[in-house]
Amino acid sequence: MFTLESGSGFWNPLLWILIVFIAFLLLYGIRGFGRNTYKKDTEQTKAFLSGNKEPSPDEMHVKASNLYWGFTTSLNNVYTALRKMHTGNTSDYVLWFVIILAVLFLVFGVM
Amino acid sequence: MTVLDLLIEHAPALIVAIPLFGAFLMPLVSRVNEKLRNILALSIICLTGFFIWLLATDVLARGPRLYIFGAKNLASPMVRILFEVDSMSIFMITITVILAFIALVYSWSFMKEHDGLDKYYTLVLLLIASTLGMELTGDVFNFFVFLEISCIVSCALIAFFISEGEALEAAFKYIVVSSIGALFILFAIGLLYAQYDALNIATLAQVLKYTFLDKIVLVLLVVVLGMKAGLVPMHMWLPDSYGRAPPSVTLIIIGATLASFYGVLRVIFTLYGNVLSNAMRFALPVNVLVGWILIALAIISIIVGVIMALVQTDLMRLIAFAAVAEVGYMFLAIGTSIAALGSPYATTALQGGLLHLLNDALDIGLLFLVAGALYYATKKRLLDDISGLARNMKYTTVFFIIGLLAVAGMPPLNGFASKFLIYESVYQLNPILSIVAILCSILMLAIFVKVFYAAFLGPELPGFKDVKEAPRSMLLAMGLVAGLAIFIGLFPNIVIDTLVKPAADALVNHAQYISTVIGGI
Amino acid sequence: MIEYIPFIAVVGMIFIGLYAVLFRRNLIKIVIGISVIESGVNLFLITLGYRDSGVAPIYTSLPAGTPSPQGMVLPVPQALTLTSIVIGVAVLALMLSLVMHIYRKYGTLDIRKIRRLKE
Repeated sequence: MFTLESGSGFWNPLLWILIVFIAFLLLYGIRGFGRNTYKKDTEQTKAFLSGNKEPSPDEMHVKASNLYWGFTTSLNNVYTALRKMHTGNTSDYVLWFVIILAVLFLVFGVM
Repeated sequence: MTVLDLLIEHAPALIVAIPLFGAFLMPLVSRVNEKLRNILALSIICLTGFFIWLLATDVLARGPRLYIFGAKNLASPMVRILFEVDSMSIFMITITVILAFIALVYSWSFMKEHDGLDKYYTLVLLLIASTLGMELTGDVFNFFVFLEISCIVSCALIAFFISEGEALEAAFKYIVVSSIGALFILFAIGLLYAQYDALNIATLAQVLKYTFLDKIVLVLLVVVLGMKAGLVPMHMWLPDSYGRAPPSVTLIIIGATLASFYGVLRVIFTLYGNVLSNAMRFALPVNVLVGWILIALAIISIIVGVIMALVQTDLMRLIAFAAVAEVGYMFLAIGTSIAALGSPYATTALQGGLLHLLNDALDIGLLFLVAGALYYATKKRLLDDISGLARNMKYTTVFFIIGLLAVAGMPPLNGFASKFLIYESVYQLNPILSIVAILCSILMLAIFVKVFYAAFLGPELPGFKDVKEAPRSMLLAMGLVAGLAIFIGLFPNIVIDTLVKPAADALVNHAQYISTVIGGI
Repeated sequence: MIEYIPFIAVVGMIFIGLYAVLFRRNLIKIVIGISVIESGVNLFLITLGYRDSGVAPIYTSLPAGTPSPQGMVLPVPQALTLTSIVIGVAVLALMLSLVMHIYRKYGTLDIRKIRRLKE
């Protein structure tokens, strides 16, 4: 009753949650074998920047448009082409509609 | 007959009439008291939901139901307006009323400090009435009229923030694109009437022969309704309007977009149901051609939607591009089930596509509500300006994590259940399509992890020290959607067996749709 | 041949309207283009209801000797056209009021200058 059957496979979310929970219990047990001999809230838990001072949050903030920089720059050709396609011009929106209409008329044997 | 039978018999008309009547009551009630207006709007939606539940218990048990306006039965000439409710319509109106209820709960506090709220509530109730009408009707011209109503009302609602120039520009683009599309639909309806002298879908489906003019009508209807649903490359109005409307309005406009998708399904499966497997073009049956065209456009939608979403800086525009990609997933599933009509995996694809309708509406809706909560708290739209909000807005962060995992298709949430069905069935048509879909799903996760990192994690900027948590009604709305997402994810079988399987069966079984009208003379 | 002229006019009007929407920069000209497309579709709806030497479809004022209902033009497309004209008026009013707000906000009516929402 709780299994979703597609024609070629099955998916049971409750069974999945049970398995993940057992895995978490195992991981928690493994975590207990670690060391906890450290003093909280002292120098031992602060970030180490090779002796440099930690800058203020304003300067340290990585802006959202700079994330995934590698992905965006390596696909630069695709992005230039896509940005040129999205002009923001209302006439271009209707032009794409007319183009798809014409192409599908040709495919369906109207013209 | 008992009172219950009387109510069920008139339920299709009441479902559209009650929000319409409520919309015209709104300006009067707003003069009295504001809380009364909000409570009245919510109670109207609850009453509509009650009638939908009544109708659903009847239609799911006993088959399609007919409601003829102005006569007791259908005599020749058959130009009465009629509402024909089968299980697919029940599925769609359930989604619409859930979205409407959540949007009204959310807008209780989101719109509280704005002016002109009486007009806002009027327009919202009108939009709900027209969307419900689009999904219940069995008559092509009535569909056009409700489509035009929803276009006009959505345009007015998108331009709600009149002081921002971008909202006006988005509304102008929306109305230009929508009205040109609707005029072409009217042209197609004229062509259909000229040949067959009938306007309701069942009669047309019975007598349709695949002539030259019918090919024009098929292409016009599918392309225009696909444009209204957001198929690339006609999708460009979607990020503009979803990104600039108030987020509670975006939720209901998602419902109107899904109603246009429902229109595509009606046209292909029911109106052209008899000729799809019989007519030929390029030595292929027409359903293979239509299916593969939809699959091609859908794959382009998924890829373009996901790639463009990665570089957006405005949060709501980013979520709108992700919505374009999700519409691509829906069209991929539907295209597979049309191209492979009759094979066993075609039913799985159709069920996956319909379940994805429901899941996508909830997940993208949840993301828009969270974006609205961020805008309400910080008054900033761009992702570059906000950071470290998880310290002050704990509940919003939890809801955003649930929305993120659901939209990317992570188990055990609802996105995985529908994407599992789609991947499994599309793989059997062609493995490459399924691989592209899975890769783009991973990119979708990447996009929203970027949003999560930028908005919620990170150092706390000095301007945001006293950001408060979102108000209670907004948290309640988000909690409802997140709860539904978790429920559908943990128990997908309940939703599939109750709502999706009857809807998929009713859609493919066009003979039953036709015989409800023709046999009932 | 003469009975095909309205249909040719319909196609001509739709093409002229599409040309105005696609290739003109002024916002008001785009709105006029949409209005022309709408008039073309309304003309198409009226024309398809015509029957050869038919009269207006009113039962109580038929001229003598016309067979009814075969001698009347079709009444249903006239109802569809009336609905469409009303919808067209509403859409036109909404578009023009949006154009007024845009002009007040940006000071220009050139569609290439008001696009802030791109890419």
